[in-house]
Amino acid sequence: MKKRLIAGKPKLWDRGVGRFPYCGGCQTPLLERILSEVIEELGVEDRAIGVTGVGCHARVCMPIDIDAIQAIHGRAVDVATGIKRALNGEPIVFTVQGDGDCASIGGGALLGACSRSERITIIMINNNNYGTTGGQMSPTSLIGQKTTTTPQGRTLDHGYPLHVPEFLGTMKSVCYAARGSLATFAQFKKTKKYIKKALKKQMDNIGLSFVEVLAACPPNWRMSPGEAIDRIREEVVQEFPPGEFKDVDAL
Amino acid sequence: MKKVFIQANEAVGLGAVDAGCHAFFGYPITPQNETIEWFARELPKRGGAFVQAQSEVGAINMIYGAAATGKRVITSTSGPGWGLMQEGLANLCSAQLPCVIVLVQRGGTPGAPSVQHAQADYLSATRGGGGSGYRTIVLAPASVQETYDLVQLAFHLADKYLNPVVILSDSLIGHLMEPLRLKRLHFEPLPEKDWSISGKGKHKDKKRRYVTFAQVVQGRDPYPTMLSFAEHWYDKVQRMKTEVRYQNYRVDDCELAIVAYGYTSRVSKEAVNLARSEGVKVGLIRPITLWPFPAKPILEAISGGVNRFLVVEDNVGGQMIEDVEKAACDKAEVTHLGLFARHLPSPAGIIMPDRVLEEIKRLI
Repeated sequence: MKKRLIAGKPKLWDRGVGRFPYCGGCQTPLLERILSEVIEELGVEDRAIGVTGVGCHARVCMPIDIDAIQAIHGRAVDVATGIKRALNGEPIVFTVQGDGDCASIGGGALLGACSRSERITIIMINNNNYGTTGGQMSPTSLIGQKTTTTPQGRTLDHGYPLHVPEFLGTMKSVCYAARGSLATFAQFKKTKKYIKKALKKQMDNIGLSFVEVLAACPPNWRMSPGEAIDRIREEVVQEFPPGEFKDVDAL
Repeated sequence: MKKVFIQANEAVGLGAVDAGCHAFFGYPITPQNETIEWFARELPKRGGAFVQAQSEVGAINMIYGAAATGKRVITSTSGPGWGLMQEGLANLCSAQLPCVIVLVQRGGTPGAPSVQHAQADYLSATRGGGGSGYRTIVLAPASVQETYDLVQLAFHLADKYLNPVVILSDSLIGHLMEPLRLKRLHFEPLPEKDWSISGKGKHKDKKRRYVTFAQVVQGRDPYPTMLSFAEHWYDKVQRMKTEVRYQNYRVDDCELAIVAYGYTSRVSKEAVNLARSEGVKVGLIRPITLWPFPAKPILEAISGGVNRFLVVEDNVGGQMIEDVEKAACDKAEVTHLGLFARHLPSPAGIIMPDRVLEEIKRLI
């Protein structure tokens, strides 16, 4: 009988022994898997460079067997720019950031890089709050969402949730903007496709590519992992619909 | 040897490319615009990278990424932009990434509010404004030639210690035009940057590299514990402290010594000549490294008979005077001549040699 591998560890991925750094029900490790698989499938492990911010998502590049660097809070996009430019556009450079890191404190860096159409790929994990610091309001918290800094629920006084890929999709200098989720296996596969496409656009030197990934944060949402997935399926996608908002092959 | 007539802000660029600098990231700010414009014009021609960042915060973090690739990189700014770069600078130190930062001082609140000139950033440059107690070597040029030479030295020292190096210039030195001899300087050879990231396929051993400012938190090799990194850091700072550079001018047999850097050192040198021609025994100590501060010539001057130091620094109240007082250990009187001594009571006023001479005569 012919043997076929139906599940296994991606070749590039090795967390090693030691403490598992994520909370129960956290979906960030899925991104480690997607990136490991996609980088291998595209055959760019020798020239891929990962840039992380700080917080929960800072750990994403640690177990992936590629060159990587950790930036300070909000500056991953600038650091990616410096790397890409200094190496004359040779490496494939991507960032992995939380929504606060990318769109709040890193908002200036994001806009600057987008307007210059830096040949990098930005991956923003949207879990609707600041996870590492204990669940404060982030730019993507939903209206009505209770966080530790919006104990009565987010209102318009705190601001509307920020729709990053929709906004970046309107920019001439961005070649790809999409949002995926990890709440179903079908969505997981789609998100993987988006990330692969975004990196491919960079390999083809088209422009800046961006993918937002909706992810669960059960402890800070005060939910079980199952309830958190249900919340994404039923509530979060209403505000943040998955899909591709821009996909062009020339700027 | 080629000779050009050029201003110091542009000599920064020539020094950088002669040191093998590959990339510049910066943001426009007075009075260093000639520097960023030089790099925008000249670096791409030479195959280098130039990016006008969206802010100084962006620029210093692009420097962080670019320095991590092992290439030589530089930025330039002035006081307000320097303020914005402090967070990035602290983390460049933590991550042990070498780079050169040129700080062309201007006036600025609260010492001397103006976009014109002043020497108001000495304390910020030598003490550092970011977190976690880092140290950077600070070099202060006083001419176009020295700006060109010190930029080359700065790249070498940055790579030697894997730490940012600061060039502290000022608006008057920056805009000074003088003849410049273009001569590439040679330094001791340094090890290859085996730690740098450029894609693991580029490394000899084909193994990945990981750069982080959070060495202590993550406990990664080669610093598996907090203590191992702290010991390494302490040792590095001690070695950096040996890089003292200064220049003495007619300091033998004098009673009073002026201490000045940057443009006021040029003015003070002229004042010393004027005083000496009148038989007044006065000399000049010019620190070239502001950190580490040259305490040795101060102590030597005291044992040679100097009982009074005059610090000429164009700001309010004095900043370098703190280092001179510390070096003098109460064995000599230290006074300051600063912004109130300008020839015009305006941002355009400067401290003139005759005013320094007047102060010398008043003190002796």
